Amino acid sequence: MSAVIEAAPSPQPASSHAKGGQRLNPKYLPLTATISLFVLMATLGSVAYDGFFSAQVFLNLLIDNAFLIVVAVGMTFVILSGGIDLSVGSVIALTTMVSAALVEKHGWSPALVIPLVLVMGTAFGAFMGLLIERFRLQPFIVTLAGMFLARGLCYLISIDSISITNDFYNAVSQGRIPIWGEASLSISAVIAIAVVLAAVFIAHCTPFGRAVYAIGGSEQSAMLMGLPVRRTLIGVYTLSGFCSALAGVIFTFYMLSGYGLHAVGLELDAIAAVVIGGTLLTGGVGYVAGTLFGVLMLGLIQTLISFDGSLSSWWTRIVVGALLFVFCLLQRFFTSRAPRR
Amino acid sequence: MNPTNGNPLARAMRHRLTWPLITLLSLLVLNTAFNTSFLHIEWRDGHLYGSLIDILNRAAPLVLVSLGMTLVIATRGIDISVGAVVAIAAATAAWMIGGAVSGNVSRFPLPLAIVAALVIALVCGLWNGLLVARVGMQPIIATLILMVAGRGIAQLITNGQIITIYYKPYFFLGSGSLLGLPFSLFIVAGVFALLYLAITRTALGLFIQAVGINPTAARVAGVQSRRLVLGAYAFCGLCAGIAGLLISSNVKSADGNNAGQLLELDAILAVTLGGTALTGGRFSLVGSVIGALIIQTLTYAIYSLGVPPEINLVVKAVVVFVVMLMQSPEFRAELRSLVQRPAPEGAKA
Repeated sequence: MSAVIEAAPSPQPASSHAKGGQRLNPKYLPLTATISLFVLMATLGSVAYDGFFSAQVFLNLLIDNAFLIVVAVGMTFVILSGGIDLSVGSVIALTTMVSAALVEKHGWSPALVIPLVLVMGTAFGAFMGLLIERFRLQPFIVTLAGMFLARGLCYLISIDSISITNDFYNAVSQGRIPIWGEASLSISAVIAIAVVLAAVFIAHCTPFGRAVYAIGGSEQSAMLMGLPVRRTLIGVYTLSGFCSALAGVIFTFYMLSGYGLHAVGLELDAIAAVVIGGTLLTGGVGYVAGTLFGVLMLGLIQTLISFDGSLSSWWTRIVVGALLFVFCLLQRFFTSRAPRR
Repeated sequence: MNPTNGNPLARAMRHRLTWPLITLLSLLVLNTAFNTSFLHIEWRDGHLYGSLIDILNRAAPLVLVSLGMTLVIATRGIDISVGAVVAIAAATAAWMIGGAVSGNVSRFPLPLAIVAALVIALVCGLWNGLLVARVGMQPIIATLILMVAGRGIAQLITNGQIITIYYKPYFFLGSGSLLGLPFSLFIVAGVFALLYLAITRTALGLFIQAVGINPTAARVAGVQSRRLVLGAYAFCGLCAGIAGLLISSNVKSADGNNAGQLLELDAILAVTLGGTALTGGRFSLVGSVIGALIIQTLTYAIYSLGVPPEINLVVKAVVVFVVMLMQSPEFRAELRSLVQRPAPEGAKA
């Protein structure tokens, strides 16, 4: 596990693409910085704390942050297109709530509920995308209203937490897939990895992915190039809605309950992960792989603080804020040559 | 629907404050219809009592934050860290007054505690402003940093606990009254008056509009846009600080984690409801005050109508969607085409 991570930053990523003959394309620098910093922090943690350097500690980063990975992947596409999605946390809450209510109170089968909530989240994203694209509304305010709406709908279902006792959810929640020796992954973590792989494919190997990057670079140019700008913009928010719903399903497995206050402020964690992963908030530049490391970095900070034991949990927020600051400065430094707007 | 320039009624309908005012008035009418004593204000023990006074008092922190937010939005920015700044200011004040000491003792003199809280809030605003104006970050990201870290800082100050305040003189800020009216109203009125004078009596308002409409053109025309933007964020931070004092004084405690939660969103909503476009440029201070009052009246209506408070968020969401759509030229154009040109299938729909 660690060998894979450490191997990643050492060769210049630019050489694999080999374009322009530059030594290191500046656009890979934030990604390289993220991965290097992750390796550095992991190394420091391994040196400082006993038992830190084990496969399971690193696999736990994936297990505990599976839902955040899925959400952040969706958010990456939105931010790459130059938008933002503030509704993801509340869509997760709504998904857990609907799942719990249908499974526990109405006795529906999970085989029916899970596809239903996925469709619901996707439709919610598509609706917001439609408003943003069709009426030229600001993504910030549309998804803000979407956030209010989804949380409000949670409370309409129930103000209290609904715990899930369904066998299927229990089984998935406790299911572990052995990797080697003692180390194992949860089913949610496997889903998250699959989502990341699929997203990397979508971003770099499909017309949709290319259109997203083009729109983020310049919407006007994309339009003039004849790219399907409107369809892509709606697609981006639809994808984010789907990812949020899927993350909600994973979150349901993780918490085994539905609650209107689940995942409060998760949208910020997701945005932070995307930024730390090296995606430019102005759109057009960034990598899904970077987002994965952004999430892992957030998880690593939490793990380090819990291993330390003497630091209180609120230090997590301060460190994440400081990291965000550093990465934004870094991004600013690399993009200062090409001012936008 | 035909635009006729000469008609005073048509002109009034196009005024920026018309729609916010109509919304506010219809909410008041709705409240009165369901609760006949709604407009009743009574003089008791040297204080004015009544629902309207209550709404004004409760809206005070939101009005303050919305005023600051208006300036920031007018310069094409956004400040999503105000909730965290509220928490930081409240935590600072509560810590300096001291939670453990009860009754009439304070750890530091009260004026010092208040000034310290406001200075820290101002520094938070300056920090945001520096990131936006000097470093050139996108406003949403620059303020996201403080939004994420701010709650951690507030919890650091309160040591992760809710500090309960026992020092009586501090309560005057949030729940005291002067001349029969809640003291917080005088604070809000004071801030509003100062800001309004600065905007209308000096060229400041014009400069802010210029920066909001076109930053490059403003800079070329000699407007010190960086300093203006910095000032707008600093002022927004200061407003959030005052709001934090009012809130902590009103609930007699400071909670690093929950104080000012979602306040930034309410403030942005208030500014939008008040007719200020999120794209910067034209702005209206009066509109933002009305917007904040709309939100508070709406909340009051939801509570007083006996509707479960859970619906509050859904109603807010619907209001935002409607306001948003009404502000969109594309949507208005579509509506107009539906009205003017009855499409064959439009008769049924």
